[in-house]
Amino acid sequence: MNGDIVAINFPFIVVALLLALGFYTIGFKRNLIKVVIGVEILEGAVNMFLVALGYSKGGYAPIYTLAPKESLNNMVLPTPQALTLTSIVIGVAVSALMLAFAVNLYKHYGTLDVTRMRRLRG
Amino acid sequence: MSNLPALMIAVPLFGAFTTPLLKKRYQLASLWAIIITGVSVILSLLLAQEVMDKGIVMYVFGADNANLVLPSGYKVPIRIMFEIDAMGVFMAISATLMSFIGALYSYSHVKMETGLEKYYALLQLLEVGILGMVLTGDLFNLFVFLEIAGIAGSALVGFRNYRGEASEAGIKYLIVSSVASLMVLFSIGLLYGQYGNLNMAYLSRQIGFNTVDMIALGLLFTSFAMKCGAVPMHYWVPDAYTEVPAGINPPLLVATYASLYALFRVSFSLFATITWNMARVGWAMSIIGVLTMFIGVTMALVQHDVKRLMSYHAISQTGYMLLGVGVGLTVLHDPQALASYGRDAMAGGVFHIINHIIYKSLLLMTAGALFYVTGTRDLNKMGGLARKMPYTTIAFIVGAAAISGLPPFNGFASKFLIYETSYRLNPLLAVFAMVTSVLTLASFVKVFASAFLGPPLEKFEGAKEVPKPMIVAMLILAALCILFGLFPNVVLDKLVYPAVDALIKFAQYQTWGGLA
Repeated sequence: MNGDIVAINFPFIVVALLLALGFYTIGFKRNLIKVVIGVEILEGAVNMFLVALGYSKGGYAPIYTLAPKESLNNMVLPTPQALTLTSIVIGVAVSALMLAFAVNLYKHYGTLDVTRMRRLRG
Repeated sequence: MSNLPALMIAVPLFGAFTTPLLKKRYQLASLWAIIITGVSVILSLLLAQEVMDKGIVMYVFGADNANLVLPSGYKVPIRIMFEIDAMGVFMAISATLMSFIGALYSYSHVKMETGLEKYYALLQLLEVGILGMVLTGDLFNLFVFLEIAGIAGSALVGFRNYRGEASEAGIKYLIVSSVASLMVLFSIGLLYGQYGNLNMAYLSRQIGFNTVDMIALGLLFTSFAMKCGAVPMHYWVPDAYTEVPAGINPPLLVATYASLYALFRVSFSLFATITWNMARVGWAMSIIGVLTMFIGVTMALVQHDVKRLMSYHAISQTGYMLLGVGVGLTVLHDPQALASYGRDAMAGGVFHIINHIIYKSLLLMTAGALFYVTGTRDLNKMGGLARKMPYTTIAFIVGAAAISGLPPFNGFASKFLIYETSYRLNPLLAVFAMVTSVLTLASFVKVFASAFLGPPLEKFEGAKEVPKPMIVAMLILAALCILFGLFPNVVLDKLVYPAVDALIKFAQYQTWGGLA
């Protein structure tokens, strides 16, 4: 029984770990690329959280056309998946823009170390 | 005109996608942007008229009626809805007006740059983001538009990509805004997991007092506070406002306050059951407000980069809005106190939003004009420009007087409301607010003296007044500053008190204006 609880909550445990990892990476890493990766990890955590919310074990894809009888009350929630798709698309745009900024910064300062490129102070 | 809410989004979006077609024809692109933003100003005024006449306007995408249920009889709003009350329309007017002013100002200000068709496309995309945030009634939709505004805004912050600092400010803004919006999405997930729907009005009827709701409230509160530049998450504001071209400052300011709007919407409408019973949320908002205004102004005092100085003042002024509305939120559960000063405090806070957008845009645009003429933003290198640039000087004086809260300018009207009412809650709050105002005046006297007064410098011998579109944009805002200051009652009655009542009467919002 105890094993079941762990199995059901396993995605959420992973989400918590990923969130912690993402915040750690954003807060403590000095390389700009790693900071970008940190944001990506956060995004992965949130996306996984959304998908895990709508998942039910052994559930069917939420398509009514030609659905087998036993699937009628056992479908996964489609809305969180739609939300996740949208969020992934937005995430791609965000990371592309962040990496473009990083490339531009490297061209200007010759380094990706955030502690050495800080000209905006005060 | 029943499709007005959809047009509010569609028109600037259409503009944003057609502007890049005008490649290398920069003048045409900027004229097109001015036309599109001008049309959206008219649309927002029409929408305001409709909201004032009929109350809350509902617009359901893909159906005529908000109450339409699924064939199976499942009674949950599944469609994306726009729910526009007086508060939303108040922000929409600010957004469209400031985008128009920004486009007009940019016509001359960024003439020498390249890639301008993308600049104008992003400007309109930013407008779309803001309008979507303030009009929508759907929580996930709010997240999408928050991200649109964040991406467009940070791309514009890094627009001068030949400057390293611009990219630095851009990536800072982007990281802050994407982390904030991811946390918003996370709390949307928390709410969706419990209640299974995303409509704000519908959700607010179900939200109770359990732990997960509290966590969601905390996450939403901090994320939006982070995006509106409240202390201790204010560090991105000065960088972003300094590096962005001055023509984008007005819409970027509104984008910041769209997050403030989302903060109010979340605290007043979405979590109404919690905040109506707990003064703590209101106290948190007031105290964050006081800290924000005081820390912002003390950091502004030591700056010598003119735009950076003004950006720190932007942080400090955000504190006033948080304080005003926070006082209202604190006494929400106490009808007597609410009637005697809570409502006025909120009116002060909300009125301060539009006042601040107007005068801070004006000030940042005069700073942009100084930069346009002198090529520097360092106050120590400027001097004696008053005689060379009379219109800019007038605009600056009006803006500086307004931000310091001198009568008869608009800053006085809203700050006075905040002083009076926060005194009733706790005298200490009002003392801090007044001290901040005095310090603000001190630092703007410094700017005035070092940039405009003094002997004319030799290197600015050939300095001339800035081109006409920039002057017109500045003078429109200066005129608004004076008008709002002379007739505050008109604005308060027509726009601000309806907006405040829309926040207070959350039952109206919850029932989609009486539909369900």
